[in-house]
Amino acid sequence: MPRPLANVLREGGFYSAVAFFVILAAFPFYWMTITALKTNADLYNLSNIPFWFNAAPTLEHIKYLFQETLFARWLWNSTLIGGCVVAITLVCALPAGYSLARMSGRSGESLGIGIFLTYLVPPTLLFLPLSRVMSILGLQDSLWSLVLVYPTFTIPFCTWLLMGFFKAVPREIEEAAIVDGCSVCGAFVKMVIPLSVPAILTVVIFTFTLTLQEFVYALTFISSSSQKTITLGVATDLVRGDIFFWGELMAGALIAAIPVAIAYNLFLDRFIAGITGGAVK
Amino acid sequence: MVAIAERVAKRRFRFEFILDRPKVLGPLFVSPAILYVVALVGVPLCLAVYYAISAYTIYNQNYSFVGLRNFIQIFHDDVFRETLVNTFVFTFGSQILGLVLGKFGALVLLRPFPGRKLVRALIILPWAVPIAIASVAWEWMFDSLYSVINWTMIALGVMDRSDAPNWLGDPHLAMLCVIVVNAWRFFPFAIIIFLAGITAVPQDVIDAATVDGAGFWRRNYQIILPMIAPIVVVGLIFGTVFTFTDLSIVYLLTMGGPVNATSVLGFEGFQVGILSGDVSHGAAISLVMLPVLFIMVVLMLRFIRRRDI
Repeated sequence: MPRPLANVLREGGFYSAVAFFVILAAFPFYWMTITALKTNADLYNLSNIPFWFNAAPTLEHIKYLFQETLFARWLWNSTLIGGCVVAITLVCALPAGYSLARMSGRSGESLGIGIFLTYLVPPTLLFLPLSRVMSILGLQDSLWSLVLVYPTFTIPFCTWLLMGFFKAVPREIEEAAIVDGCSVCGAFVKMVIPLSVPAILTVVIFTFTLTLQEFVYALTFISSSSQKTITLGVATDLVRGDIFFWGELMAGALIAAIPVAIAYNLFLDRFIAGITGGAVK
Repeated sequence: MVAIAERVAKRRFRFEFILDRPKVLGPLFVSPAILYVVALVGVPLCLAVYYAISAYTIYNQNYSFVGLRNFIQIFHDDVFRETLVNTFVFTFGSQILGLVLGKFGALVLLRPFPGRKLVRALIILPWAVPIAIASVAWEWMFDSLYSVINWTMIALGVMDRSDAPNWLGDPHLAMLCVIVVNAWRFFPFAIIIFLAGITAVPQDVIDAATVDGAGFWRRNYQIILPMIAPIVVVGLIFGTVFTFTDLSIVYLLTMGGPVNATSVLGFEGFQVGILSGDVSHGAAISLVMLPVLFIMVVLMLRFIRRRDI
C-alpha cells in the first residue's frame, strides 16, 4: 500500500477511536442539555429528529425548577452540608496526614493504609446501623445526619491525599523554623500549611464533590423533601406521581452536574498525584 | 505582678516542651481522625454484625440472640440467591467492560493530538458527575417510548418501531443496561489509572528494552504491563468494591426489577432493612458482602506496598 494512503487510514482510525470515546462519555450530558432546553411539544413528538431543536429552545423548564420545586432549597442544603463536611474533614485530616507523613519507619505507613482502607467499607454495609444511630441521636430525616456521616469517607480519603502531599514538603523547612525558635506545632501551622495551600485546596474541592456525589446515605436517612441534597432531590423528588417530567429532570441534573464537572477537570492532575503518591516508599 | 508573669511563662514553656516531643505530638495529631472513623465506621460495623445475629426489627426492638438463623433463612430464599448471582454478574460484567474500555481509552489518550485536553475533560465526565444524576439521564435514554437509542436505530432502518426493545422492561436487557451504565461510569477512572501508570514508567527502562530488541507488543506486555500492574490492581479493587456494594444505579434505573432480575445485594439490603424495617435480615444480607470485601482488602494490602512507580 502506498505510504500516504496508509497514513490517512491510520489517522482516520485513530480519530474515529477518539470520537467513539468522546461520544460514549459525553453523549448523555449533551442529551441532558438538549432535553432541558426543548419545549414539551418538541420533546414528546416522535416524528421530530431528537438530536436538535425542532422548535425554538426554551428556559421554561429551568424557570419551573426554581419557582415551583424545592430545587433552590436543595442547592442550599448541599452547599451547607458540603461546607460543614469540608470544615470537619480539614480539622481531622490535616494534622493526621502531616503526622503520618512524618512518622518514622513503617508504623506511619501502616497506620495510613489502615485509615485508607476504611474508605473501602461501603455505605450499604453501614446504613442500617447508622440509621438506627441517627434515630437515637434524634437526627433522622435531618440534613445534619449527613454532616455527621459524610466525614467517615472524606477523612480517610483526604488523610491519604494529604499524607502524599506532605511527604513532598522537605523536612528541612520545618527544621529551619524549629532552629529559629518555632515549636513543632508552630512550624506546622506557620510553615507547612502555607506551603501546602494548593494541596489543601485540592482536598477542599474533592471533599465537596464527594459529598455531592453521595447518594446511598442521603437516600437512607432523608425522606422529607425540604431536607434533601441536590443529588437526592433531583433523582427522587422531581417525579410527580408516575409521570416523569423529563425537561425539568434534565435541567436539574444538568445544573447539579456542571460545578462537579468543572471542579474535577481543574484538579484532576493534583488528584492523581495524590492517589499515586500516598504510599510510595 | 512579676512573679505571676514568670509563672505563666514557665508553664507555657513546659506545655510546649511536651508538645515538641514527636512521640506525643504524632499520636495527638492522628487521634481526631482515628476517633471519628472508629466511632462512625468501627462501631456501626460491629452493630451491623450484632443486628445480623439478633431478631431486631424496627417494630420489635429486641436484641435476643438467634445465632445464624437469619443467614440460614436468607440463603433459603430464592430471591436472595438470585440477588447474589446478579451481584456477581453485575460486578464482573461491568468491571471487565470498564477495564477494556479503559485500556483502549488510555492508548488513545497517550498520543498527543490537537484538542487532547478538551477530549480528556469530556471523557472524565461520567466519573466526575454524581452517578445518581447520570442515572437519571440514562433512564431517559432508555425510556420505553422516547428512547433516543431506539429512535436512532429505527431511523437507521435497523429495526421497526413495533419490535423496538423495552430496555428496562426486559430482564436480560435490564441487566445489560445496569452493567453498561456502571461500566460507563468507571471507564474514565480506568483510563486515568492506566495513564498514570504508563506515564510513570521511566523512559530509560523502555529505551533499554528497545535497545535490547523488544518490539511494541513485547514492550507493552512484558515491560510496561508488569510495571503498572500494582496500580492497575489497586484501581480495579476500588472499582470492584464500589460496584459490588452499589445500589444507586439499580435503585434509579430498575428498582431491582423486572421481577428481581437486576436486584443486587446493596439494593436488597436496603429493601429489606430500611423499606420493610426488618433490620436483622437486612443486616444479614449486607454482611454477605463481607467475605468478598475481605478478599479485596487482603489483595489491596499486598499490592499497595508494591507500588514503586
